[in-house]
Amino acid sequence: MNRSLRPLLATALIFAIAYALAVMQFPSMFSTRVLGNFLTDNAFLGIAAVGMTFVILSGGIDLSVGAVIGFTGVLVAVLIAWAGMHPLLAFAIAILVAGAFGATMGLAIHYLQVPAFIVTLAGMFLARGGASVITRDSVPINHEFYAWISDLTIRLPGGGRLSFIGLTMVAIFIIGALIAHRTKFGSYVYALGGNPVSASLMGVPVARTTVAIYALSSVLAAISGIVFSLYTSAGYPLAAVGVELDAISAVVIGGTLLTGGHGFVLGTFIGVMLLGLVQTYIIFDGTLSSWWTKIVIGILLFLFIVLQRLIFVASAPGEKAAKA
Amino acid sequence: MTDTGYALEARGIVKIFGNHVALDKVDFGLKPGEVHALLGENGAGKSTLIKILTGAYQPTLGEVLVDGVPATLNNPQHAQTYGIGTVYQEVNLLPNRSVAENLYLGHQPTRFGFVDRRKMERDSKIVLARYGLNIDPSSELGAHSVAVQQIVAIARAVELSGKVLILDEPTASLDRNEVERLFEIIVDLKKSGLAVVFITHFLDQVFAIADRVTILRNGKLIDTKSLDTLTRTDVVRLMLGKDIAFSGATKLEENRPLGEVLLDFKNYGRKRSVHPFNLTIHKGEVVGVAGLLGSGRTEMARIMFGADAADEGTVSVSGTQTSISRPTDAIAHGFGFCPEDRKAEGIFGDLSVRENIVIALQGKLGWFSALNRDEQMEIAGRFGEAMDIRAASLDMPVKLLSGGNQQKVILSRWLATDPAFLILDEPTRGIDVGAHAEIVRTINRLRDEGLALVVISSELDEVVAYSSRIVVMRDRELVAELNGENINPGVIVQAIANHRDGAPA
Repeated sequence: MNRSLRPLLATALIFAIAYALAVMQFPSMFSTRVLGNFLTDNAFLGIAAVGMTFVILSGGIDLSVGAVIGFTGVLVAVLIAWAGMHPLLAFAIAILVAGAFGATMGLAIHYLQVPAFIVTLAGMFLARGGASVITRDSVPINHEFYAWISDLTIRLPGGGRLSFIGLTMVAIFIIGALIAHRTKFGSYVYALGGNPVSASLMGVPVARTTVAIYALSSVLAAISGIVFSLYTSAGYPLAAVGVELDAISAVVIGGTLLTGGHGFVLGTFIGVMLLGLVQTYIIFDGTLSSWWTKIVIGILLFLFIVLQRLIFVASAPGEKAAKA
Repeated sequence: MTDTGYALEARGIVKIFGNHVALDKVDFGLKPGEVHALLGENGAGKSTLIKILTGAYQPTLGEVLVDGVPATLNNPQHAQTYGIGTVYQEVNLLPNRSVAENLYLGHQPTRFGFVDRRKMERDSKIVLARYGLNIDPSSELGAHSVAVQQIVAIARAVELSGKVLILDEPTASLDRNEVERLFEIIVDLKKSGLAVVFITHFLDQVFAIADRVTILRNGKLIDTKSLDTLTRTDVVRLMLGKDIAFSGATKLEENRPLGEVLLDFKNYGRKRSVHPFNLTIHKGEVVGVAGLLGSGRTEMARIMFGADAADEGTVSVSGTQTSISRPTDAIAHGFGFCPEDRKAEGIFGDLSVRENIVIALQGKLGWFSALNRDEQMEIAGRFGEAMDIRAASLDMPVKLLSGGNQQKVILSRWLATDPAFLILDEPTRGIDVGAHAEIVRTINRLRDEGLALVVISSELDEVVAYSSRIVVMRDRELVAELNGENINPGVIVQAIANHRDGAPA
């Protein structure tokens, strides 16, 4: 069996078991209402995590995601509330700005040969700082378009609702999976994560691919920021602090190798759902401190890193022979 | 098209890096349907020539012709469009992707903008069958052996180019059966009219597969000849530039009384690296190691020092059997190792001369007895003077020093630990003549002081000058041990060149 599939199966299995246990304790967790909320509440994290999946698959990291979400939220709120723009125009501007921002980071990473960690750390400070310079306060958005979109839901039997933003996330996961697994660009991303030297010798356009990866991550972070503003009906410069770390956790728990080259977009979806499950469980329980979420995430992350080590060290006959 | 009949030709190639002439008016012609071996020691200019032929470098002077027509090759991808494909020493593919994707990456068949995986895998199956590989194209490349990966790399190069195939040491990490399999494939490709350039350090392989050979030395073309007209000895002589007629034993004090046995390696070896060897080393002797590059010289040194652990055989130090599986074990026994690749494995470029000298001693003392600055200065100063290290200050970064001075720093580092046994791998490569003489003098002095040394060198004159005994490596095997009047370049060349079946000199 393909080695990459094993962590994915492990994640799926853990999710199924955890969900079953949770349902045994709180039967009401097995309802369309909870499932619908799963998607809605984790939409912004999920969308950002799709971008992070591409970045990590290519062997990089993007620490600017949370800050770009915050910046986009503020930019969109300000354009709508202060400049009186139509939200759709504001969205387009925000996505363009984020795309240029991500492309610039990609250029710096490729041409200056600076580690992605440093470049995106700088990007994080820039975006967060930029958001706070525009405004220090939360900017509420009261626009009929926002009201219209939040009413745009599909009712499910059993009282659940599929919201527009939840469906957006699902759509982005599907598109992301198609790009990653079915296009040449996707194969270049995996190639970079496998071995950048080989990739360039094999004719992969390394510069173009790197720029596209970081631009994609920032664009998805911007979409995530837009979704977050739809979710909260406001833009706040300190929103989504640390979301990049949640996204990285979701990607790794979803079975993507942190050093790149192995993983699936679908895995990230399960990873996001698993994080959501932990949070929902804690809400249902009511007595646990919400910090338990962090502890569970920590344990899961550690578990998956160990699991990946075991899988990729134990079953690499070709690679080991090459080193000998 | 002119009537040269060459598929790929280089005329009067000169390549200059800074003020170093890497290639000096080299001509190279490759006929369709031939396997052409390119030989030369390290620094002979082989890889520079290959990089020019594949477009990775541009020649300073001279031209490259494809089918008799001058061509400018901008980069390896561009060379591919001229039909020139390359397979590098280390398999440069993607172990994390499927076999099919490795064959077609960048050229995948698409349908509606998406990669048509089914067609790609179907095509791969057909291509791989031509190479006698019956593997699942959707399986991960990394799950296969290096030999299979190498064949996939060749298949990719041939599929994408199809006129000239350059194999840069393709057999370096293959075992004998795998090499034979590879050779069958090369013979088939040759029959189909492909021109193959084959680079290797294994002479047996050259004689087994190549039709013609081009030998480079110090950036100059020595000769291009048909292999039918050459013997092994001729080839080695051309490569090393030694006139075999030059003979007569060197005037070394004969039958020096041997010191007591310091080290005794018995059937010591490591799979895929060095065949088991027997070697006894006495105090106060220099054992020279001769052999072509890739003959297992460096691997032997690394095993002796524990940088790679031996997986068979035993070693005893001063009569007591022990195990040396890590460098720390070796250092505890008083070993020192100056590696071949000074920059990558020897010096700490950004640390000062002083820090570079004391680091091994500090390692030996352990964590809790740090040398203070004054002690460090004292030690560094002492060795700096004894070894005549020419540095403006002992606190300047060692990377700013010349190669010769860097080598002296590394030597000092080990001498500071008061070693009993030193391994020097190519101690004089790339350093100027003055420093060269100094290092040879130091080797002689250390021997007289009772140290045991193993010195690896490609410079036969040099090995002959200081060795009490010489061992010869070939094909990762210790094939001969030379004593007394056998220590002369002629005998060494003979021993290196001898065929496996021939009796060692």
